[in-house]
Amino acid sequence: MAHHTITVTINGETEIVTVPSHMTLLEMLREELALTGTKNGCASGECGACTVMMNGAPVNSCLVLAVETDGAEIMTVEGLAHDHTLDPLQEAFVESGAVQCGFCTPGMLISSKSLLMRNPNPTDHDIREALVGNLCRCTGYVRIVDGVRQAAKLVASDTK
Amino acid sequence: MDNPTPGLPKFEYIKPASLDEASAFLVDHAGEARPFMGGTDTFVRLRAKAWHDKFMVDVKHFSGMNDISFDPQHGLTIGAAVSMNRIIESPFVQEHYPLLAQAARTVASYQLRSRATLVGNICNASPAGDTLGASIVLGGVLRVHGVGGEREEPLTGFFHAPGKTNLRPGDIATAIHFPLPPANAAGIYIKLNRNNDGDLAIVGVTALGYPDATAASGFRFKLALASVAPVPRVPVEAEAILADAPITPETIAQAANAAMDAATPIDDTRGTAKYRKLMVRNLVKRAVNDVWEKLQ
Repeated sequence: MAHHTITVTINGETEIVTVPSHMTLLEMLREELALTGTKNGCASGECGACTVMMNGAPVNSCLVLAVETDGAEIMTVEGLAHDHTLDPLQEAFVESGAVQCGFCTPGMLISSKSLLMRNPNPTDHDIREALVGNLCRCTGYVRIVDGVRQAAKLVASDTK
Repeated sequence: MDNPTPGLPKFEYIKPASLDEASAFLVDHAGEARPFMGGTDTFVRLRAKAWHDKFMVDVKHFSGMNDISFDPQHGLTIGAAVSMNRIIESPFVQEHYPLLAQAARTVASYQLRSRATLVGNICNASPAGDTLGASIVLGGVLRVHGVGGEREEPLTGFFHAPGKTNLRPGDIATAIHFPLPPANAAGIYIKLNRNNDGDLAIVGVTALGYPDATAASGFRFKLALASVAPVPRVPVEAEAILADAPITPETIAQAANAAMDAATPIDDTRGTAKYRKLMVRNLVKRAVNDVWEKLQ
């Protein structure tokens, strides 16, 4: 079984990891690097719990091979907060009650982060469209949409 | 209890240095090696044990595979590794091939489209493939690298059955080329889902219309149907009706009936064959009406 030694930047830290061919990015994050914020839900690209940012674009980490991330920049939910300060999205999710069991939250946050990066002032339709690939069985989505909308306002007021 | 989300089965990851090397490897290991792009279908099938390949050959890194280019004389060329999101966001696509962007936008979710590719969607040859209809009506031609060198594969006649195409062992689709769209063309993709977004089509209808003085009606319509046959179905009789008789509500209804007759769907979890046929009729009518309004 072939193994590959890759260099990958994760949340700003350079990691050198040796991975088997068939290991997914999700497995590498959780099992090799102990970054268990990223969740394993369906393992087939449907639920979005494993969503992470790869070179600035959100991807289902269950459908990316670890070896494919050689040279890439990955951001997981652990990379959102800095120096004990939450990302505005995390703050807004807490404020608006967007978190119940929390399993979908890391993926929701990364998809929302990507949305606000490309569209800082999204409509509710934009938010819902951006979160089509993130399933939540608790909240009914309303408070998640509220959270993203609130985060967009927070960021806008901070940058004024 | 079985693990409901098992890891991928063991395989070797191969990253060849050149297209020639990749094609040679794929031929030497025919039946046990497979090229992959974004992996959004490939890894799902491997995990589901529908595929059992021992070698996964990564072909995303070759020259041109990541490029989109538009030439006002010759049209649009999209490298095989270009993601759906890049296609949707491309100013060339938005300006000259909006139908392609609209169809691509209906595929799954944003994060899946970060990795999914148009060429992968075509080579995967799912009857439900959302972008196949737009690629067909826009006259798409695949560029393929095989052991015998480069060749072109027009999408007409490319699909044989679900997952079965003209591609042979050793073949790697490197790009898709679209000629310039007909002048003043308008198009639409209507996708019937079980929910608003993110699902596979129960029925998908693609329509492209444009003025054409060689048609008796003065207009030519190109149609393609998804999820209602083993392959993307082009209802040629419906197209002929719309070319031959003046475009009236009656002509459109007649064409919609002909499209329904061309559909050969099955019952499955998303819908029954009977329902699908009726929806082909209704959605073709709606699609042609929409395009016809835009053409006025």
